[in-house]
Amino acid sequence: MKIGVLSLQGDFAEHIVALREAGADAAAVKKPEDVLSCAGLVIPGGESTTIGKLCVRFGVGEAIQELARRGAPIWGTCAGMILLAKEIEESDQWRLGLMDIAVRRNAFGRQVDSFEADVPMAGVEGGPVRAVFIRAPHVTRVLDGAEALATLHDKIIAARQGQFLVTAFHPELTDDRRVQEYFIGMVREGK
Amino acid sequence: MSEQSVDKSTVDQSTWRNKVGLAEMLRGGVIMDVTTPEQAKIAEDAGAVSVMALERVPADIRAEGGVARMADLPVIERIMEVVTIPVMAKCRIGHFAEAQVLESVGVDFIDESEVLTPADEKYHVWKHDFKVPFVCGCTCLAEALRRIGEGAAMIRTKGEAGSGNIVEATRHMRTVISEMNRIKELRQEELMTTAKEMGAPFDLVQVIHDSGKLPVPNFSAGGIATPADAALMMQLGAEAVFVGSGIFKSEDPAERAAAVVHAITYYEDPAEVAKACRGLRGAAMAGIDVSKLEDHERMATRGW
Repeated sequence: MKIGVLSLQGDFAEHIVALREAGADAAAVKKPEDVLSCAGLVIPGGESTTIGKLCVRFGVGEAIQELARRGAPIWGTCAGMILLAKEIEESDQWRLGLMDIAVRRNAFGRQVDSFEADVPMAGVEGGPVRAVFIRAPHVTRVLDGAEALATLHDKIIAARQGQFLVTAFHPELTDDRRVQEYFIGMVREGK
Repeated sequence: MSEQSVDKSTVDQSTWRNKVGLAEMLRGGVIMDVTTPEQAKIAEDAGAVSVMALERVPADIRAEGGVARMADLPVIERIMEVVTIPVMAKCRIGHFAEAQVLESVGVDFIDESEVLTPADEKYHVWKHDFKVPFVCGCTCLAEALRRIGEGAAMIRTKGEAGSGNIVEATRHMRTVISEMNRIKELRQEELMTTAKEMGAPFDLVQVIHDSGKLPVPNFSAGGIATPADAALMMQLGAEAVFVGSGIFKSEDPAERAAAVVHAITYYEDPAEVAKACRGLRGAAMAGIDVSKLEDHERMATRGW
């Protein structure tokens, strides 16, 4: 049961280490055929415009969309959340458009406004998770069938729709592996 | 929907993890020097992860001489308006007032850079005082650890900026990596004397000994002009690259920018790097023989 971490650009190395610590068979994937060999996929933090352009240029975006059609769970953190969204406020940048959410980029400000906070997350037991926000987006609207899992100052910062999970923050940058375990559970259940 | 709300007392702004985290988000990317909003847009469209806003690229600083300072704020601000990727800007070594100004403008990263004329011959900026993260250059491990000790959240090996010649970048990256390998093999009781001899903070020497790597990302800069140059630095251990003069001093910046991004993405796959090279019709920037430079013409020797 291999979980791929999209490694075109971003903090893919941290995701791979974190997933392995949580007991998953995690591997870097960069090419369309590698993406299609996975039971689940993580799209890491990074620059969403850069990762989006690389997805288009190298056919990786189509492979991710095919993997989604096969029902594989996909988790996007930060840039990954932007790429999974159907709608991006005030932007026409390319996106996978797989999840029924609208998002706003850099919604908490520029880098000097980046922060951390303890955030309770539905489905994650044992108290709040330490959430690290870096030029983070948030979900502005959940559309058909998507539900919010966590909010901060009335802004949605984690959401799920069936096989898709998004977090505006970076669980891979802390030592807490509960969100990884949550996603690994989704992959085990095959949704 | 989560019923519980967030405890506001747990919110911390601009933590060390926030700073190093942004550096980690830039991994596997290309950071390009730009001097105008138009160039910034070309860089973003080609897939740059970030742009460095400058008044002149290093090759022009080298050619024209004079004092090189922080860029004009209107230039930086217009670049911040036209791109959505993070915008970096340079301050002079030790010039904490330039750094304060750049932070107040809201740049995402400050490069305390040897490419500009140093403002202080002895001291660097105390970077822990700032909310904005800093990147600093190094030519060896001790220099990297001193900068991290002062609060740099990213290190880049210096290379020789504006030279179009990769040889110094290679030397600096190999030096840092081999020094880390050496420290990793030392016995515990040897670390204190090693830290003293190197002129590096002991606690960071201990980190290198225990983990075998720097506690912040290590990127490469100074002399990258071709897709193969970029692939070389990545295979030597760089986690991303800065391309200064190499893009906008080439004949066709847009195609060269896209080719360097291509080569970085698939740096370990020679067939892909070949594809990136094959797409290039315009010539690379003209390079210079670094061994012919006088000491005072070298930017890499600035910084202490």
